[in-house]
Amino acid sequence: MNIEHILFYVMGFIAVASALVVAASKNLVRSLFMFFVTLFALAGLYVFALADFVAITQIVIYVGGVLVLMLFAFMLSGKEVLNNLQQRNSRFISLSKVPAILVALLFAIVLYNAITKAQPNDLPWIKASAQSGNVIKPADNTINNIGVNLMTRYLLPFEAVSVLLMMTLIGAAHLARKEEHKII
Amino acid sequence: MITLTDFLFISAGLFCTGIFIVLSKRNAIQILIGIELIINAAILNLVAFGKYDKLNNAGQSFALFAIVLAAAAVSVALAIILNVYRQYKTIDPNKVERLKG
Repeated sequence: MNIEHILFYVMGFIAVASALVVAASKNLVRSLFMFFVTLFALAGLYVFALADFVAITQIVIYVGGVLVLMLFAFMLSGKEVLNNLQQRNSRFISLSKVPAILVALLFAIVLYNAITKAQPNDLPWIKASAQSGNVIKPADNTINNIGVNLMTRYLLPFEAVSVLLMMTLIGAAHLARKEEHKII
Repeated sequence: MITLTDFLFISAGLFCTGIFIVLSKRNAIQILIGIELIINAAILNLVAFGKYDKLNNAGQSFALFAIVLAAAAVSVALAIILNVYRQYKTIDPNKVERLKG
């Protein structure tokens, strides 16, 4: 049990616990900010998986972009939403949530069984890559390799994502504009 | 050495929490948060397996693509939520029942 393990489990615990707080809280703003904590903990987990560039991208795009966008949407959708939410009953387990808990627990059981039966550490391709030295070491510089691969091997998905990003940009701007006259 | 199983268990926990949020919340923005949690669980799996692919970097590249796609989806979904709020004065998905405003 070295310091690496302890930090990893602390990060994982923070991620799952803050996600549970998001699920439990009635207050929309509080759940938004706990989601913030989840995203930061996930970025830390990406660093433990030796993907530092993905971690930085996660912080820049999710925390800088998506969360601010959600806060804007919350502020624009008025305060009666918040009042509505706070008037609900304060019990965590109400009758309307039982099916959701049931489905989540069933998914948890299925995933637990799948993970323990599959034994991902003993997969053939993982053993092969571990033997041939195809594993990322902590001292490696992966960003260089990611850039080269994005421009050669993954050029087609890269271009498809860029086209889709432009489409969503135009679509979101079109949907969110103020309408002068109703078209419907 | 942190094994793959640890990553998979954490991502399974995030996934189940996301499913619970999507099914139980009555606010469109919170449902969106649940969807983002599910997507993040998938990205965590991609990154964890990407550790064993140094030459091609498939896991990390597709994790980047998935992050970009999630951001695009959030922007469109929030625009739709704003439009729904303008029409119905609520963002509770249970109360939005007409397709044609």
